[in-house]
Amino acid sequence: MIYDVVILGGGPAGLAAAVEAKNGGAENVLILERDRELGGILNQCIHNGFGLHTFNEELTGPEYAERYIQKVKDLNIPYMLDTMVLDMHDNGDLKAIHVINEENGYMIIEAKAVILTMGCRERTSGAIGIPGYRPSGVFTAGTAQRFINMEGFMPGKEVVILGSGDIGLIMARRMTLEGAHVQAVCELMPYSNGLVRNIVQCLDDYDIPLKLSHTITFIHGKDRLEGVTVAKVDEKLKVIPGTEEYIPCDTLLLSVGLIPENEITRNAGVVMDNRTNGAIVGELRQTSMPGVFACGNVVHVHDLVDFVSEEAVLAGKGAAKFIKGELDNEITFTTTNGDGIGYVVPQQVAMKNVEDKVTFYMRVRQVFKDKVVNAYIGDQLIATKKEKKLLPAEMVNFKIAKDILAQYPAGEIRFVVEEAK
Amino acid sequence: MYDIAIIGAGIAGSYIARELTRYKLDIVLLDGENDVGNQITMANSAIVHAGFDAPASKLKGKFNAPGNIMYEKVCEDLDVPFKRCGSLVVAHNEYEMATIQELYQNGLKNGVPGLQILFKDEVHAMEPNLNEDICGALYAPTAGIVSPFELCIHAAENAVDNGVTLKMNHMVSDIKNHHGYFEIITNAGNVEAKYVINAAGLFADNIYAMVGEPYFKLLARKGHYFIFDKEAGSLVNSVIFPCPSKKGKGILVAPTVHGNLLIGPDAEPVSYKGDIATTGERLDYIKENALKNCPDLPFNKIIRSYAGLRNTPVRDTYTTTDGDFIIEESPVRGFINVAGYESPGLTSIPAVAHHVVENIVKPMIPHLEENPDYNPKVRKHLRFDEMTEEEKVEIIKEDPKYGKVICRCETITEGEIIDVIHRSAGARSVKAVKKRTRAGMGRCQGGFCSPRVVEILARELNVPLDDVMYDQQDSAYILSGHTKSVKEEA
Ligand SMILES: Cc1cc2nc3c(=O)[nH]c(=O)nc-3n(C[C@H](O)[C@H](O)[C@H](O)COP(=O)(O)OP(=O)(O)OC[C@H]3O[C@@H](n4cnc5c(N)ncnc54)[C@H](O)[C@@H]3O)c2cc1C
Ligand SMILES: Cc1cc2nc3c(=O)[nH]c(=O)nc-3n(C[C@H](O)[C@H](O)[C@H](O)COP(=O)(O)OP(=O)(O)OC[C@H]3O[C@@H](n4cnc5c(N)ncnc54)[C@H](O)[C@@H]3O)c2cc1C
Repeated sequence: MIYDVVILGGGPAGLAAAVEAKNGGAENVLILERDRELGGILNQCIHNGFGLHTFNEELTGPEYAERYIQKVKDLNIPYMLDTMVLDMHDNGDLKAIHVINEENGYMIIEAKAVILTMGCRERTSGAIGIPGYRPSGVFTAGTAQRFINMEGFMPGKEVVILGSGDIGLIMARRMTLEGAHVQAVCELMPYSNGLVRNIVQCLDDYDIPLKLSHTITFIHGKDRLEGVTVAKVDEKLKVIPGTEEYIPCDTLLLSVGLIPENEITRNAGVVMDNRTNGAIVGELRQTSMPGVFACGNVVHVHDLVDFVSEEAVLAGKGAAKFIKGELDNEITFTTTNGDGIGYVVPQQVAMKNVEDKVTFYMRVRQVFKDKVVNAYIGDQLIATKKEKKLLPAEMVNFKIAKDILAQYPAGEIRFVVEEAK
Repeated sequence: MYDIAIIGAGIAGSYIARELTRYKLDIVLLDGENDVGNQITMANSAIVHAGFDAPASKLKGKFNAPGNIMYEKVCEDLDVPFKRCGSLVVAHNEYEMATIQELYQNGLKNGVPGLQILFKDEVHAMEPNLNEDICGALYAPTAGIVSPFELCIHAAENAVDNGVTLKMNHMVSDIKNHHGYFEIITNAGNVEAKYVINAAGLFADNIYAMVGEPYFKLLARKGHYFIFDKEAGSLVNSVIFPCPSKKGKGILVAPTVHGNLLIGPDAEPVSYKGDIATTGERLDYIKENALKNCPDLPFNKIIRSYAGLRNTPVRDTYTTTDGDFIIEESPVRGFINVAGYESPGLTSIPAVAHHVVENIVKPMIPHLEENPDYNPKVRKHLRFDEMTEEEKVEIIKEDPKYGKVICRCETITEGEIIDVIHRSAGARSVKAVKKRTRAGMGRCQGGFCSPRVVEILARELNVPLDDVMYDQQDSAYILSGHTKSVKEEA
């Protein structure tokens, strides 16, 4: 059987994209998920705080996922669990997806369109190269989260956390509630990489100190972690000699960032963006490879699941249009990141596919107060987004109406952080 | 009473054990660690040197090139990844070209085949990513790369399959010489043997001091390394050595058999033989020096840093540092030292093991009989990721556990993990699984798969989850017990 749309990954992005593709007219949709269950990273996020934008209520991760899983079931969209996608090849009209699982062995599944929703993975200690020993007791925050929430085991008792990403903050609270003692959260930057809400609810409420402009300079302990040396850094992020402090601990959690999981994407030959580490995508999340779409954390790391779902709807629409031959591929605009902006998604816009507006997602490079994000085409200011505070941890979501964009025949849309006028 | 006790299951001890099973002997292989090949053999450059640098007058010069030539056969029998990728010693100026000439001449003396001096254009045609100013190189086509710990693990496995008794977690604390046999005292019981082979790596001097008057000492010299993601793996095709100078051998850049890229090592004397901690300055030093030959190294693709310790021998007066291997029956009768076994120890081992067995052990033990059941081959180690599509289809049909991927970065299946736990000299820890299968060696460094590997180990070894260790028995625990929520429910 040849599928209309096959979705690689059953996290929130995959689920929402499947639903939208089916609603948009794709008949045979299939979700492939390597885990034991659908829901992706949400399954281990048993805290509240999901879905405020989408459902106007605070859900836990699994509850949020459940709403979409239910939709998938209602629409009779088939899915295969414990199924690993190894590779995807472009055979012209069809994509060949190589997968394995215990039940059916090695299979090649063919599809007219593919949506990539493989999510992201955590950066590790090796990648950031902390000097010292390599004992047990050093975990990424997500691994610790999995041990505690899914296996019911504690990774340790005396804890230091490096990095103030959301997972790290949430794990500070979780470990405390489970009886561990969290001594500190160290953050290299002078600001946190987590949501303000999480700093208040996960650290302040439990008197856990957040040490900004601090890093770990040495890992002690040959077999099991025995302690870490923590030191203050200057504006250039260099360690200030004399500020070193030894903290005894048996557990170090790393929450130092996430990287989109794009092996399959790269191997297939899809054009990537080295700012996002994800594919270059258009307004309906079409990639450089016709019929291949991507959304969610595999495109760029999101902090709120609501935006993942929002983006997935676009990809689902795109895939449905593609199989009906309705997707236009004439690029009208490209986008670029100017001063203060780290990246912009989508990187391209084909105006003929746009309904009423285009939402541009971007991240700022540092903390800005009382500034605005301006969008230009050439010298022409076309739109402004005001925010009281711009934080690298909080993705900016900048909507520009079709009417405004339609005034320009083509060009590059440039986003910059500037003084408010 | 064993015929022979070998102390140390690094590459030296494991490989010699295997070689000894060619004869009818009762052999015990002892190691204090929780896994074989867990010290020097775990952290080195993994190069199968061609053999042009050590002087022909030394054991290093004598065994290197012959050891190298044996690698194809050895790695086929032991099913270990090996690649004869060649090496280049690169020169930046005329002065260095002169050194290269010397190495070339020395290589000829050592019987290194195929050596060639290359001109600038030839070097850059071979290795387009090297620094523009490199003006020539010594090319050694026989140099190669290997997975050192897999070689050690499979040598130990093959030794056990051929009848050797392997005792891990047996830390030797003393040896009594009963003149006729030795009594080896360990934390896990005593072992008696007529002969002893001391292959205790960095600690071979301490072991020898238990039976005889010390005549050599081992200095620990630390070397740091970086491993890069596979995306950077094709930056060089062969091993790139800088031209050696008075300061030392310099920082090499090499592909690994698994497709990553490795740079290192520096050399820093340390006083504590357990000091494998990396330091910031040293890591920076490596980066700087590696850039001299490979200006495009993508440091944002680093996935791991680590350090290893050389066991540099200092002999007699304890003053000379350019020591040679110490491979001999010691002044204590029946006690053989394989010590000061530093680079090119890995490369030399097939030739050294042959020498130890044929020229040292055999004359020592009269009437040795050949072992008619000796089988040099290990059972095939199935590596899912390296199989063809048809093989993949077949293996999952045969054993559906090969259809379940546990390590996503390296595509390692549950079938492979179960296999390495149940093979001889099998994995007992998360790190041991990682060394054998690469689960956790990829870019996420076990972030995802380690909980799964812990589960599989617990199930297959029939122990509770929190008894599974990362590495050392007892001390390198991963989990500290149930969570409060689970305890309250119970
Ligand atoms: C720990 C954590 C805490 C968070 N907290 C909040 C919060 O409080 N509120 C909020 O709104 N948002 C939160 N987020 C953000 C949001 O939940 C995530 O951004 C969102 O889950 C990403 O969805 P996704 O579908 O893109 O990726 P994922 O959820 O990671 O899903 C990707 C799926 O693809 C599968 N997959 C990948 N590769 C393959 C393959 N080769 N074959 C088969 N399947 C594959 C994976 O197994 C996974 O199920 C949090 C995120 C994390 C990581
Ligand atoms: C930085 C570095 C780079 C190198 N690069 C290369 C290279 O590229 N090519 C090459 O050919 N060679 C290289 N070498 C050399 C090579 O790695 C060594 O020659 C080889 O691994 C040594 O093996 P071994 O078995 O002697 O030591 P080890 O692997 O250390 O084994 C010794 C064993 O003895 C055990 N032991 C010690 N004391 C006791 C005790 N009291 N009781 C019980 N057990 C004990 C230890 O647990 C250990 O397992 C390098 C070495 C280093 C350090």
